[in-house]
Amino acid sequence: MENRKVLKSGEFLVSEVDPMDIFIPEEFDEEQKMIAQTCKDFLEAEVYPKLDDLDKGDRELMLKLLKSSGELGLMGVAVSEEFGGFGQSFVTQMLAAETIGASYSFAVAYMAHSGIGTLPIQYFGNDDQRERYVTKLATGELIGAYCLTEPGAGSDANSGKTNAVLSEDGKHYILNGQKMWITNAGFADVQTVFAKIDNDRILSAFIVDTNTPGVVIGPDEHKMGIKGSSTAQVYYNDVKVPVENLLGERGKGFRIALSILHMGRIKLGANVLGAAKKAITDSVQYANERKQFGTSIATFGAIKHKLAEQVIRTFASESATYRVSKDIDDQIEKLMSEGVEKATASIDAIAHYAVEAAVLKVYGSEMLDFVSDEAVQIHGGMGYSSEMDVERGYRDSRINRIFEGTNEINRIIVVDTAMKRAMKGDFDLFGAAEKLSNEIDSIEIEKTDDSDLYKEKMASIRNLKKVALLTINNASKDFGRKLVHEQEILFNIADIITEIYIAESLVLRVKKIEQLKGSADLYRDMVDVYVYDIAAMIRKWAMDAFNSMPDSDSKPQFLVAVDKLTVVAPVNVKEARRRIADKLIEDNTYKF
Amino acid sequence: MKILVCISNVPDTTTKVKFVENNTKLDTNGIQWVINPWDELSLTRALELKDDSSTGITSVTVAHVGEASSEPTIRKALAIGADNAIRVNGEPVDAYYVAAQLSEAVKNENFDIILCGIESSDHNGSTVGGMISEFLDIASVSAVSSLSIENGEAVISREIDGGKEILTVPVPFVAVVQKGIAKEPRIAAMRGIMMARSKPVKVVEPIAVDPLTSVEAFEMPETRAACKFIDPATAGDLIDILQNEAKVI
Repeated sequence: MENRKVLKSGEFLVSEVDPMDIFIPEEFDEEQKMIAQTCKDFLEAEVYPKLDDLDKGDRELMLKLLKSSGELGLMGVAVSEEFGGFGQSFVTQMLAAETIGASYSFAVAYMAHSGIGTLPIQYFGNDDQRERYVTKLATGELIGAYCLTEPGAGSDANSGKTNAVLSEDGKHYILNGQKMWITNAGFADVQTVFAKIDNDRILSAFIVDTNTPGVVIGPDEHKMGIKGSSTAQVYYNDVKVPVENLLGERGKGFRIALSILHMGRIKLGANVLGAAKKAITDSVQYANERKQFGTSIATFGAIKHKLAEQVIRTFASESATYRVSKDIDDQIEKLMSEGVEKATASIDAIAHYAVEAAVLKVYGSEMLDFVSDEAVQIHGGMGYSSEMDVERGYRDSRINRIFEGTNEINRIIVVDTAMKRAMKGDFDLFGAAEKLSNEIDSIEIEKTDDSDLYKEKMASIRNLKKVALLTINNASKDFGRKLVHEQEILFNIADIITEIYIAESLVLRVKKIEQLKGSADLYRDMVDVYVYDIAAMIRKWAMDAFNSMPDSDSKPQFLVAVDKLTVVAPVNVKEARRRIADKLIEDNTYKF
Repeated sequence: MKILVCISNVPDTTTKVKFVENNTKLDTNGIQWVINPWDELSLTRALELKDDSSTGITSVTVAHVGEASSEPTIRKALAIGADNAIRVNGEPVDAYYVAAQLSEAVKNENFDIILCGIESSDHNGSTVGGMISEFLDIASVSAVSSLSIENGEAVISREIDGGKEILTVPVPFVAVVQKGIAKEPRIAAMRGIMMARSKPVKVVEPIAVDPLTSVEAFEMPETRAACKFIDPATAGDLIDILQNEAKVI
């Protein structure tokens, strides 16, 4: 681990790192690029020619493609070498997830298998379980699924009714219940199933072979998108699960479920990048080809605006994704140096960055919805035709805001986790917030007209962090424990925190590009536009929150402070966006 | 038997080509380099032959002329499955230079079959394979579209005008290979990528060779003029356009 400053989860709200302290995608090594290229080559050779067939719900075809990816070793990227995988770093896992993310339904099936279908057993299984299952899941010999959701237990996952009772001879748990929205259900060989033993309050987890009598797989659901992924209900009728297939300890299932969801949602943050880059490339290629009024539509300002926004949000999202990925790698290394086993260190490190994982999930899924929507719009009527990939991308994108915890749940997690970590003492959020509130009339507003772009933008971000702290402090004081019921205000705060993390990651990345390469002109335009935009959004969210507090009348000085703190340097955003779009138009493919 | 596959490092086909230095050099800024597609297919076929134990192929080596910046291309060839590599540490100035360097680097290695792509997708010179056979004083077969080993002999088919020619060739020889030699290029598997780290790459310094050509200038093809449509109601305009604009009548 290099000697760099690493922040704890959520600590970015009160602390700052140097650009050289963060990892940026421009630093991928040769091997990482080769792994990404293998993923890309596989998609182009095997998956893209079959997208239409996959969307017809051909389970056999999906299974065959999954097995093919297994033969290339792609299912073992995150699995330790001792269990037949390749033990890659978290950054590399995310790069593979990003690249595969451009493959629509296949990406969902692949991620469900290699993430939530495999890793619960690697992270929480004993050596016998890992040997029996993980070694085969890593190669695709077995296909995995993850069964948490039930008809009556979605976001409230611990309320599931699936039940397990120890058999009289003590050799089996008898499982009864029903699961739904199970990805890969149609062909998975092994499932991680969550159920309560007897009348336990908390879930336990079990490894279930799907060929066990009593496991019944329903037909595939008819979905809006990701039609190629097998999604079905699973019924358990007196299923005898050997006691040695209890995963982890009794009553530890909810912890397993939450940890795996942290992992799933951060990897979703990587998936959406690949999907977004594909949609952008489709968009610009169409815009360059399509002629109206005697010229290619890519020459129009309206289209340039869309293309530039697609690029900026994708690039910003990517900056944050790999920043936290490297932080996770460092945390894994730190835990291992303290004697923690690699598998435990890995999942604990991911769970540690719960704030950032939720941020990436929310931001990434909404970024992809934006990018996919504009991709359809750029295609005009053709975008509405099933002949075009952007039509598929538009439908497939929508699920990302729903699975791995809805964006509503995740917004709450952003705020709740940040506040809990601060209360636990990971960083001083409330002290800093209280101090700012006490000095509200003389609050220091940093100047944002520095000739050095980096200094100027970091000053803006520090000002915006003050807005976040003031909002959190006032909301906490006004509502106390009841803040949890004020979801609208929690969402305002979550959005402020999210944009700050994304923007700061973007600014740090661009500065690092400049330091490494000597110049970063177009990227500076992205920074300019992004900070300019989010300052206005953060002002509104903060105002919304303050004006919705019980004591809003007594807070005029806070409103004045928010107004001042959200002032940023003026930017000719039209020209900046046009320059970004022009590079995309010239390259005719996403190459940022 | 030992196979050598000569590989060239070429810009990805989606590259927007631009020139610098008075249009005498390719602007390499931002270019993604890949293995020349014909060479990649040759490598795939060589590995298929090695995978079949009845062929008696014991090793597949790749050789390349290029500076250290081309190492990723070599590593990719190793990740796909080549056993080892030779890199001549020089700038591939022209076909003669490349052929001379490769021949010098491999002349004592006793390769039985040397595969060269029929052309590189950047300069499309189509001459390196033939020159290597001359330098090494061994046979060469051009336009090879299939290669198999039967009873220790190389059986080759060539696309010829109106049909196919099948011949056997005693080793050693150079096969100048065209598409069809393998169905699809082999994708580097994870295990191959991991193993590529430790596979040997021999770097040799170039010998003194004067290239036989020098580039005066590159030119981009002229942009195709847009198609002009004439309203049937004013079809007579066509005469005017052909006479005064296109000046063809």
